[in-house]
Amino acid sequence: MARSVTSRRKALNTLVAWTIGLLIFFPILWTILTSFKTEAQAISDPPVFLFFDWTLENYAVVQERSNYMRFLWNSVIIAGGSTILGIIIAIPAAWSMAFVPSRRTKDILLWMLSTKMLPAVGVLYPIYLIFIQFGLLDNRFGLVVVLMLINLPIIVWMLYTYFKEIPGEILEAARMDGASLKEEILYVLTPMAIPGIASTILLNFILAWNEAFWTLNLTAVNAAPLTAFIASYSSPEGLFFAKLSAASTMAIAPILILGWFSQKQLVRGLTFGAVK
Amino acid sequence: MGRITLDKVTKSFGETQVIPPLDLTIDDGEFTVFVGPSGCGKSTLLRLIAGLEDTTSGEIRIDGTDATNVPPAKRGLAMVFQSYALYPHMSVRKNIAFPLRMAKMDQAEIERRVEGAASVLNLSDYIERKPGQLSGGQRQRVAIGRAIVREPSAFLFDEPLSNLDAALRVGMRLEISELHKRLETTMIYVTHDQVEAMTMADKIVVLRAGHIEQVGSPLELYRAPRNLFVAGFIGSPKMNFVSGEEAGKHNAHTIGVRPEHITVSESEGRWRGVVGVAEHLGSDTFFHIHQTGLAETITVRADGEVGFNHGDTIYLTPRDEVIHRFDQDGLRIA
Repeated sequence: MARSVTSRRKALNTLVAWTIGLLIFFPILWTILTSFKTEAQAISDPPVFLFFDWTLENYAVVQERSNYMRFLWNSVIIAGGSTILGIIIAIPAAWSMAFVPSRRTKDILLWMLSTKMLPAVGVLYPIYLIFIQFGLLDNRFGLVVVLMLINLPIIVWMLYTYFKEIPGEILEAARMDGASLKEEILYVLTPMAIPGIASTILLNFILAWNEAFWTLNLTAVNAAPLTAFIASYSSPEGLFFAKLSAASTMAIAPILILGWFSQKQLVRGLTFGAVK
Repeated sequence: MGRITLDKVTKSFGETQVIPPLDLTIDDGEFTVFVGPSGCGKSTLLRLIAGLEDTTSGEIRIDGTDATNVPPAKRGLAMVFQSYALYPHMSVRKNIAFPLRMAKMDQAEIERRVEGAASVLNLSDYIERKPGQLSGGQRQRVAIGRAIVREPSAFLFDEPLSNLDAALRVGMRLEISELHKRLETTMIYVTHDQVEAMTMADKIVVLRAGHIEQVGSPLELYRAPRNLFVAGFIGSPKMNFVSGEEAGKHNAHTIGVRPEHITVSESEGRWRGVVGVAEHLGSDTFFHIHQTGLAETITVRADGEVGFNHGDTIYLTPRDEVIHRFDQDGLRIA
């Protein structure tokens, strides 16, 4: 029997949902609002919410002081490159775990996930030394590799759950129809898994875009992405909240827009396997 | 050509041996049905022939050449799966063309063959549709189309009709039989449904726990089942088994009488019993008779006009010339 929901109950649920939603969104909203304030209004006590003199001055200053486009481009290359590289490695890995599992497959999956539980700072020193050795410091390629490695367990795990949903008989049919392993993956598995692969790419692009620990520690100027761009506004001359907010807003804008247009895919990606 | 020979083939999954050493020959052009209860190894056997499973030992020969370690794509066999296993992202046309594309066949030849298969299988009207837009029967036809375009040396069917409703099943059964008559290609068909086995097969292979219990034509199996298992499995309703004194009269440990080989009467007969459930099929009626003192239930197949009711006392007479006799090991006494 369906549960009967009264209209009052429905209104209450809506109110609670909106409150929680706004509460979660509030810091971002506050950042965006602050970016339009003057430095004085930004730190005024009591804080002003909507009624202040809206100004674009901060954006002009940020634009003048630093080359936003260079940071943006680095972010795109690092996030995009690490995601594509990760997908290329993860598809065959997830294929073999989903379709020809061994007794150890479950253990391998868990082991891969367990690497995500290690605090990143624990391996900072060795990785830093490796980077020095190979001349990869402040190098976009180096970051692509590191971020790919960091997100690989999640990419493999997500693809694995997607592939698991594809009936093995269809792949066997392809084999009977004369497809080689490469053709089977290229013509049958990949097209069927496109929605899953798309949301995996999307989620990992966002994760890589937002990644701050490695991008801050391993870059200086040339390879610095938007995370470094924000960080550069938080230190030397004391805190200028309005300018910091403007820089933050500019850094998160591309990913916010991307996320907005692909929210359906994202939700599907995040809840996949939980509900069919 | 499509002569398939299994020579001492075995299959184990880990410690469990699902197919003990097994020999079997399937002649070119023969319609062979593997039948048995679920878990008897019939699907595993088919997958071994297909190459989708590796044999643990033994040899599989196709047309005389050893195919034991040949990958499925290179065996020249086509398979139709229970779930149809169509490619959901491809149209009917692309599904049927897929094996030809994989064989790097000339585009014009692919077109010609796909059109041919589609018209034979009445799929021409649906050729641009995706599998999701087709009914179960149409999907099954696409799966068959995908198999026939390659002109394989043998077709393998893995319970292809079990996802269809009853009416469609009978129709597809006929279509597959007709296809076999027309193509004269070797077909191996796996089913748990003995009616499908009886109606379609040239040769039935009855399997139990990976063992071949009997191989023969449908009527051979019906008339002379080699043991109690085959006797009970082939024929519907199931054969009645009677042991003890009554069997002793026939110099047997157990006797088997098919429900259609018993005549019923309200006044006289060899055995007396009380009608339990009567199943009316229209053309026939199946009576389940209790309190005969022979077995818990004796099933009788009578003409649809025979009108006994629950609780009636009736008399049964088996036809002596078609009584099957078995010894204490359950083997047939000739």
